[in-house]
Amino acid sequence: MEYSLQADHLTKLFDGQLPAVNDITLTVKPGEFLTLLGPSGSGKTTMLRLLAGFERPTSGRIQIGPRIVADDSRFVPPERRKVGMVFQDYALFPHVDVAGNIAFGLRGSRAESERRVKQLLSLVGLSQFAGRMPHELSGGQQQRVALARALAPEPDILLLDEPFSNLDTGLRAQVRTHVRDILHETETTAIFVTHDQEEALSLSDEIAVIHDGRLLQVATPHVIYNRPINSQVAHFIGEANFLPGIANGYTADCLLGEVKLYLPRTGDVELMIRPEALAVNVDDGGTSATVRWREFHGHFQRLGLALANGTGLIARTGVAPYIRRGDQVTVTMALPALAYDPANDDTLS
Amino acid sequence: MSLADAIRPRLRLNGQHQVSLARWHVGNRKLAQVVGLAVVAVVMIPVVYLVIGAISADQEGLEYLLRARTARIVGNSVGLMLATTLCATAIAIPFAWLTSRTDLPGQRAWLVFGLAAMVIPSYLTAVTYAEAFGPRGILQSLLAPFGVERLPGIRGFFGATLTITFVTFPYIVLPLRAALLHCDRSLEEAGQSLGLNRWQVFRQITLPQLRPALSAGTLMTALYTLSDFGAVAVMHFNAFTRAIFIQTASFRMDNASMLALLLIALTAALLLLRSWQRHRGRHYRIGVGAQRHLEAIPLGKWKFPALIFCGAVVFTGVGIPVLVLFKWLAGHIITNPIQVPMTLLMRNTIGVSAVSALVVTIAAFPLALLATRGTSRFNRWLVNAAYAGNVLPGIVIALALVMFATRNLMSIYQTLPLLIIGYSIRYLPFSIGATESAFAQINPRFEEVARSLGLSPWAALARITVPLARGGILAGLALVFLNVMKELPTTLILRPIGFRTFATRIWSSYDEAFLSSIALPGLVLILVSAFALALILRREEALG
Repeated sequence: MEYSLQADHLTKLFDGQLPAVNDITLTVKPGEFLTLLGPSGSGKTTMLRLLAGFERPTSGRIQIGPRIVADDSRFVPPERRKVGMVFQDYALFPHVDVAGNIAFGLRGSRAESERRVKQLLSLVGLSQFAGRMPHELSGGQQQRVALARALAPEPDILLLDEPFSNLDTGLRAQVRTHVRDILHETETTAIFVTHDQEEALSLSDEIAVIHDGRLLQVATPHVIYNRPINSQVAHFIGEANFLPGIANGYTADCLLGEVKLYLPRTGDVELMIRPEALAVNVDDGGTSATVRWREFHGHFQRLGLALANGTGLIARTGVAPYIRRGDQVTVTMALPALAYDPANDDTLS
Repeated sequence: MSLADAIRPRLRLNGQHQVSLARWHVGNRKLAQVVGLAVVAVVMIPVVYLVIGAISADQEGLEYLLRARTARIVGNSVGLMLATTLCATAIAIPFAWLTSRTDLPGQRAWLVFGLAAMVIPSYLTAVTYAEAFGPRGILQSLLAPFGVERLPGIRGFFGATLTITFVTFPYIVLPLRAALLHCDRSLEEAGQSLGLNRWQVFRQITLPQLRPALSAGTLMTALYTLSDFGAVAVMHFNAFTRAIFIQTASFRMDNASMLALLLIALTAALLLLRSWQRHRGRHYRIGVGAQRHLEAIPLGKWKFPALIFCGAVVFTGVGIPVLVLFKWLAGHIITNPIQVPMTLLMRNTIGVSAVSALVVTIAAFPLALLATRGTSRFNRWLVNAAYAGNVLPGIVIALALVMFATRNLMSIYQTLPLLIIGYSIRYLPFSIGATESAFAQINPRFEEVARSLGLSPWAALARITVPLARGGILAGLALVFLNVMKELPTTLILRPIGFRTFATRIWSSYDEAFLSSIALPGLVLILVSAFALALILRREEALG
């Protein structure tokens, strides 16, 4: 299997600091969309800059397609890596118009580059804006120009550094879809950095969760959400409730009675329960709880519940039944829970 | 805190831009370093020769240093510095506040004319003050009907203080005005809501916020006073620069270099004191978040006194020099005692200023590059060293270059290249500062994007950074041009025999008491300076 990108034991140390990137090994298949997800300061941006060639790795190896671009003896500068880059602030050249920005990385005849610029402008839906200057565009339009500019020289990999974080919430979802479609259409291999888990879950083929410079888990969004490798990842991706319990195969006993498990375990466990795995009822049997607060979100509601002994839980349910603060309700498990080993740092193994 | 760090003004960068600057390919950095090192080597010539001059001084030289007269020179310079800084501050604070925060009528015009005082070279202001306030000057002739036959005259400490105060107070007004306009109005409103009256608000809330701007401005004034030659020479006040000039002119080089080293030590001490102060005290933060429009504070019954104050400041700073020059111009046209070769003077002045500005700008380029991307200790040292011109007054550089040329390179003594080197060392910091801050304002991502699109580091520099920094680089060029054009002591000492500029012409006319022939060169100098300054200020205003 030929990978578009291979990073082997990549480490980056800045003077006298903890490693920004610590022994990360990753592969990306052609056409795949990989997201580096982590809180700010986790090293994800440094990782991206290593791949782009703006930073030199302290140790480790980077291979793009068949070419090794960085190892102990080699270092290919950014301009010879064929790696496109879209920055958080877009970094459109302010002294050049839209067409000029897109044509910036194009070599070859003028006619050819004009044709390519036209093609990209129509790809990103900005054909009528070729002559505009960057400051005359809206944020979303600037974003698309930055994307077109990075795609113009047909890079082997496209790197995107938090490209949506400067957009309004409303616009963000729209631009996100648009970008995903363009990347699919051009079959571009892309690596995308974000701290927004929702963005990561909805866009990616694969997600790599990074924390303190280390790679915690790489998997599809589905697996990352449903089977986070440890409680740290579970906390970072979506909301999670944790309850201690005693497991016996595919079931475990806890404050909510006997609950089902995704994976079999025995002995003391830490149960991870997603808010939507809890069913909240007004009359049915189950563990009784008091509603401490309620947030109405239109198509769902978030409920803060307190069990008899004071343990707090968060539940996410449909908007029926109508529940108010102070109501007495009952809680049951609608989906299986995930059991972590508390003796081993709350991991699955 | 080292002296080297103190000499160099610190740039205020936007948080984001200083995070990570594009790392350079080793080869390119080396090239910039080699060129930078060559520039710094030239800059270091004066320092080296001053030290050599002082070391080689004989017993007599040492005795000179310890003489009572030398102590008096130190006292004179320090006293003058304190007096001008105090007076200039006392004028600048109300002037800046009135012209930026109140409903003063004609606010903008007062500001522009007030700032215009700084484009008039100090020797020109001094010469006109001597005429206006002299024993038998204009003021005396106005007072003659009241029986005043002779005024005491303003030569000496008083004249020097008056001149430098009015030449330098704009240096305090400028940063102060910027700070006043960016004041956090909500802090003042909070003060009012807590029951403070207007004066208490100003003293307890506004003034502390102005402290960084005020200390920057007063430092400029103090440094200017120490290095100024024109005002003290015209006013016959024996401060350092005048004493050095006299020693140099009579070829007492070891005495001159003793004094020069003493002056440098004084300047350095001032800078160290200031940076120590800056490190110690935490500065007030200027408001962040959404800025509200500052509404003008109504002056009410104070409007009239305020107008009189502004009128007096502008009249003294700009009115008197210009009026006296016009009076001389009238006398010149009527009597026409000697022909002033204006075309020749213009060609010499503009030519030598333009060449120097160009040389300085080119020399500053690699250093500004290193300043913005090299974080290594060597780069920092290199850039700090290039800022040496900030502690070397023009007269000191000129003196040291004379020693250098007469001892080691006689062939360039009294040639234009040596003159241009002298100007360049003096004004290199201006150009590095302007270029450096222009570079720093450019998003480093621009160069990175260009690299990822296949451009080499040099191509990215040429196609992205330089075009974007053009405005700042040109502003630096204009600033150097403006200052070289006005520069007197360096020109007097280093010029080739017979080479005359506006500045030297004004000086010699004054020296020979052909006052009326000062008029034309003086007015042209003011006009060209005002034009250059207007360009610089407009750019700064456009940048916000």
